[in-house]
Amino acid sequence: MKTIQELEEIRKKTLETINVRKDRSGTRIVVGMATCGIAAGARPVLLSVMDEVRKHNLADVVVAQTGCIGMCRLEPIVEVYKPGEEKVTYVKVNASKAIRIVNEHVMKGKVVEEYTIGAENK
Amino acid sequence: MKDLSLHILDLSQNSISAGAGLVKITVNEDIKKDTLTISIEDDGKGIQKDLLKNIMDPFVTTRTSRKVGLGIPLMQAACRRCEGDLAIESEENVGTKLTATFRHGHIDRAPMGDMAETMLTLILAGSDSDRSVDFVYKHILNSEEFCLDTREIRTALGSEINLGRPDVLMWIKGYINEGLKNLRGGM
Repeated sequence: MKTIQELEEIRKKTLETINVRKDRSGTRIVVGMATCGIAAGARPVLLSVMDEVRKHNLADVVVAQTGCIGMCRLEPIVEVYKPGEEKVTYVKVNASKAIRIVNEHVMKGKVVEEYTIGAENK
Repeated sequence: MKDLSLHILDLSQNSISAGAGLVKITVNEDIKKDTLTISIEDDGKGIQKDLLKNIMDPFVTTRTSRKVGLGIPLMQAACRRCEGDLAIESEENVGTKLTATFRHGHIDRAPMGDMAETMLTLILAGSDSDRSVDFVYKHILNSEEFCLDTREIRTALGSEINLGRPDVLMWIKGYINEGLKNLRGGM
């Protein structure tokens, strides 16, 4: 049974391990979450990104949401912003593609070319 | 939209965009009366009177990326398919209340879907920027009730810890899934 008391444990654990970090200094993963994105399946994509970030304890990665990016037919869309690098836009993402994007691009710095918008247009 | 939780997610995002500090989501399933009512109430900036008149029109939107806005019309269509309807009341600078009704047992009524995922996504969106948005999610089934109030969670966690932290979100997910399961008699 989940209790509010468990939150106290989370609180203690978090305060012990909290590292001073400012958002936006690391990688940002942004998922399009407007009507078009949601209808195309963006919610499980967002949650699998979040879960993967949590699993690997990626403290300097921020997962965020945005509205309609303007390319509804290519949703779900995920954008990865790494400091000092050009933005990479992934299209028609699903939960398993999202996991690969986190593992290969966010963690190892290797862009998953075949899922990018560039590959889609070819 | 495949299920009702996706409609709730989509329309609650409007509340966040409207600058709400508190969004109340209530799902009321009354099996005896055969009704399902979903309401989303916020304290955001409200909708201007002339926009409110045409709000159900898919060619009316405030977004700038294109000329159609389908969130509200899609929900309205989902309601009307099931002998229900969608009503929106709003007052500028006070807030907006949206009420969607369905016949619970209608063959075309979409399933509820994953409300835990919807709430997680909303809480994450509401803790993303500098401002924080609180949510009250109440789910009533006949006379039983489950309630999640992020203000209580915030109090328990203290101000240093963001609600959008993955470990907190995982706790909330478990809390909702357990609560809803109990509501349905542990099924």
